[in-house]
Amino acid sequence: MTKLLEIRDLHKRYGATEVLKGVDCDMAKGDVVCVIGSSGSGKTTMLRCINMLEEFQGGTIRINDEEIGYETVGGMRRRKREREIARQRLLTGMAFQQFNLFPHLTALDNVTLGLIKVKKLSRAEARTIAERWLERVGLLARKDHYPGQLSGGQQQRVAIARAIAMNPLLMLFDEVTSALDPELVNEVLQVIKDLARDGMSMLIVTHEMRFAYEVANRVIFMNQGRIGEEGDPREMFVTPKTERLAEFLKTSTFR
Amino acid sequence: MELGPFLNELWIVRYILLEGLWRTVSISLLAIVAGSLLGVLVGLALTYGALPLRWLMRGYTDFIRGTPVLVLVLASYYMLSTIGLQLNPFEAGVLALAVFCSSHVGEMLRGALQAIPRGQTEAAKVIGLTFHQAFIYVLAPQAIRHVLPTWVNTAAEMVKASTLLSIIGVGELLLTTQEIISRTFMSLPFYFFAGALYFVVNYGIERFGKYVERRTTIPS
Ligand SMILES: Nc1ncnc2c1ncn2[C@@H]1O[C@H](COP(=O)(O)OP(=O)(O)O)[C@@H](O)[C@H]1O
Ligand SMILES: [Mg+2]
Repeated sequence: MTKLLEIRDLHKRYGATEVLKGVDCDMAKGDVVCVIGSSGSGKTTMLRCINMLEEFQGGTIRINDEEIGYETVGGMRRRKREREIARQRLLTGMAFQQFNLFPHLTALDNVTLGLIKVKKLSRAEARTIAERWLERVGLLARKDHYPGQLSGGQQQRVAIARAIAMNPLLMLFDEVTSALDPELVNEVLQVIKDLARDGMSMLIVTHEMRFAYEVANRVIFMNQGRIGEEGDPREMFVTPKTERLAEFLKTSTFR
Repeated sequence: MELGPFLNELWIVRYILLEGLWRTVSISLLAIVAGSLLGVLVGLALTYGALPLRWLMRGYTDFIRGTPVLVLVLASYYMLSTIGLQLNPFEAGVLALAVFCSSHVGEMLRGALQAIPRGQTEAAKVIGLTFHQAFIYVLAPQAIRHVLPTWVNTAAEMVKASTLLSIIGVGELLLTTQEIISRTFMSLPFYFFAGALYFVVNYGIERFGKYVERRTTIPS
C-alpha cells in the first residue's frame, strides 16, 4: 500500500534562518498524528509546506505518491504551475488557529463556496453536502448565520466543516483551539475526535496534551526544526526518551 | 431682499439652470464612473502589480493627489492640445476629474485590500480557489464594503470639483449661475440657489451611500 503522506528531508528557510532542518514524516491512510513541541519549533511551518502555503527549499513531500509543489525537470527543481498547485491543495484540507472564515458569507456559503467554484458542483448538490457537514459539527441550525454572529467555537467548527466538505485525503489542523476561550475548546476537540473515529487521516498540531494522548495513534515531538522524538503517545508521554521532550511535557498541562 | 423679482427671474431661466445642473450631474457621473473603473485598475496594480508597475502607479497616484484639481483641469485642457490631443472643454474637464478620481479610488482600494487579513487569502487557497477566484469571491466583496464610505465621499468631492470646469468654459451649474447673475445682477439669491442645488445633489449621494452601506453591512 502506498503511503498517504511521505515527507523526506524537508528543509525550509526564511531568508537566512533555517526553520525546518530536515524533517521526515510518514502517514498511512487513517492515521491520526499529533504534532507537539514548543512555540517556534516549526510545527506550523511544516503544515504549511504540505499545502504549499509556504515554499520550501529542500526535500520532498508526497501525497499518495504525488510530489507536492515542485517538480524536477532536467535536473532543475522548480515550482509547479499555480493551477497545478491549486489542484494539489485539494488533496489536503486545513483548519487554522484563527478560523479564517469568510466574514461576508454565511456559514452555509462558507462551506459551499469551494464546492461550487472549485468542485463545480451545482448549487443544490453543494448545499446538500454542506448541510450534511454542518449537521455533523452541530451547526445546521446556524447555517444562515454570519461568522460574526457565531462564537469562536462555532466558527471553528464551521471552518472544519468547510475544509472537510471538500473531501480531502488528509486534514491538517493548526492549533485549532488555541484562540478559543477554555470553555469552547471541548466542542471543537470533540468534532475532531468524531472525525478520527470515522477514519479520517489527520495531522494535528496541538497544545492539548490530553487530547493528543487520547486521539493520536502517533505523536511527533518537534524540536528546533527537527523531529525530536516520535512514537505512541502512551509510551512517549510516560517514558520520554529525550531530555527535551521530558522538559516539554513537564511544562505542558494535561487538562 | 425681495423674493418676488428673484422667483420671477428664476422662472425665466429655469431651463438654462436645469441644463447647467444636468451638465454638472453628467460631468460628475462620467468622472466618477470612469475614474472608479480606472481607479480599480490602479488599485490592483498598486496591490498586486510587479514591482516596476507598482512604482509607476505609486508615482502616478502620489503625483495626481499632490496636484490641485484646478491645475489638472487646466493642464488637461491646454496642455493635451500641444501634444495633438484636441479635447473640447467638457471632455478635457471630465478627463481631469476622472484622473483625479482614479488616483483616490486606487489608493482607497489598495488600502482596503491590504487591510484584509492574510488568513483570508490562505483560507481561499486551501479550499482550492485560484488567486483569481479568491479575489472575486473573497477579497473584493470585503474590500468593496470597506471602501464604500470613503468612495461616497470621493463622489461628493467630484461634484464639488466639477465647478472648476467653469474656468475652462464648461457651462455647468456654477458658470450658468454666473452668467445669469451677470444679466440679472441678483448675485446673492442665485448663488444661494446654486449652493442649495449642490447640497441636494451631494445629500442625495450621501443618502444613497448610506442606503448601500446598510444593504451590504455584514450582520454580526
Ligand atoms: N514569515 C516568517 N518569516 C520569518 N520567520 C518566520 C516566519 N514564520 C515563522 N517564522 C519562524 O519560523 C520558526 C518556526 O515557526 P512556526 O512554524 O510558526 O513554529 P510553531 O508553529 O512550532 O510555533 C519560528 O522561529 C518563527 O519565528
Ligand atoms: Mg504554530
